[in-house]
Amino acid sequence: MSRAALLVLADGRFPAGGHAHSGGAEAAVKAGRITDAPGLEEFCRGRLHTSGLVAAALAAAAVLGADPGELDAAADARTPSPALRAAARRLGRQLLRAARVTWPSAELDAVARRFPKGAHQPVVLGLAARAAGLAPEDAAHCAVYESVSGPATATVRLLSLDPFDATGVLARLAPELDRVADRAVEAARRVADEGVDALPAASAPLLEVGAEWHAGWPVRLFAS
Amino acid sequence: MHLDHTHPAPAALSADARRPDGTRRALRIGLGGPVGSGKTATVAALCRALREQLSLAVVTNDIYTREDAEFLLREAVLPPERITAVETGACPHTAIRDDISANLEAVEDLEDAVGPLDLILVESGGDNLTATFSKGLVDAQIFVIDVAGGDDIPRKGGPGVTTADLLVVNKTDLAPHVGSDLARMAADAKAQRAELPVVFQSLRGGTGVADVAAWVRERLAAWTA
Repeated sequence: MSRAALLVLADGRFPAGGHAHSGGAEAAVKAGRITDAPGLEEFCRGRLHTSGLVAAALAAAAVLGADPGELDAAADARTPSPALRAAARRLGRQLLRAARVTWPSAELDAVARRFPKGAHQPVVLGLAARAAGLAPEDAAHCAVYESVSGPATATVRLLSLDPFDATGVLARLAPELDRVADRAVEAARRVADEGVDALPAASAPLLEVGAEWHAGWPVRLFAS
Repeated sequence: MHLDHTHPAPAALSADARRPDGTRRALRIGLGGPVGSGKTATVAALCRALREQLSLAVVTNDIYTREDAEFLLREAVLPPERITAVETGACPHTAIRDDISANLEAVEDLEDAVGPLDLILVESGGDNLTATFSKGLVDAQIFVIDVAGGDDIPRKGGPGVTTADLLVVNKTDLAPHVGSDLARMAADAKAQRAELPVVFQSLRGGTGVADVAAWVRERLAAWTA
């Protein structure tokens, strides 16, 4: 495996559509739940331990070779909000396009045939990591980092938050990111014997409710 | 070309000239330029000029609303199923240049839904003078500026003014009212762009639109040749 390949995949400028999504931050800002850097940190911590953990476990399981269809169904079952399911599939489709050009592989082409309208983004993230020769731990780290870096950069734009403060939030969360990634990989390793029910199903009701609210706004900066 | 007979081909990737089924995809033309220069009005005028002869669709990239798509719908320049809006997360230039994945989905979905299409116009959200389209997204680009934005814009240059395949200087009817010197704009544009074409357009006066439409037809003829 190449450590640098992990940096390519984890780069916020990797062209897979993430820049247009706030990870729920736009709804949380509007609702007054994020007003400053400490509020952003609390929001990110909540997202990390819920949807971040679930995404990391799905991604790690995909690297380990679990069936993408079963993982996609497991992701659906863990995402109550239709708006979030649609956003996850759209992002999965965009990531798959970018990954197929970046790391050409027959396996990614087969996934594109099987899911013409996109699979859940964490599942595709794992498959992209696999095509890049990366390990389940790498995919899990990508997923947990994305779960907090998306809201952080979005909040910089939404609140004109000092970008150094937002980056400091990410740095302070780093040890927690490592622990959540480890838990996710542990769960993913059980999928081979126990099936996808071994994956965590941590849920953040406010993120789900906020996503439905956000999807109905006529004017918004971010797609989700 | 390898044809897979057991499964449908996987989706297209980027600027491939052929669709997965082997047919030629639509020509894609991008329209960029500063806020308020008349991009959406130019798209509407082009649709009216070309829709009788060509199968057309439009993708809009709004910064924070669906206003541009809704303007086109309200003006009824095309049936609603031929107009799609892409959301750009506060960064319109990113969606047309650095990360084109959402726009590629939009153009391909339009071809799947209402194709075959001859031409797709991709309108950027209003941006700055450095915003240009990726070659992975469009085959040619039009940069739209207007005389009221200042007659020094062609002199200032920048990637849009300098490199766009067609420069449209819009709202020429306003020139006497805002003190803009059209001759100076033309000379500066010539100096920046050498042989690349420039059209002076007034949608209110009805001048220039035919020239822009003729340029689009030429590009289409070259694309399908």
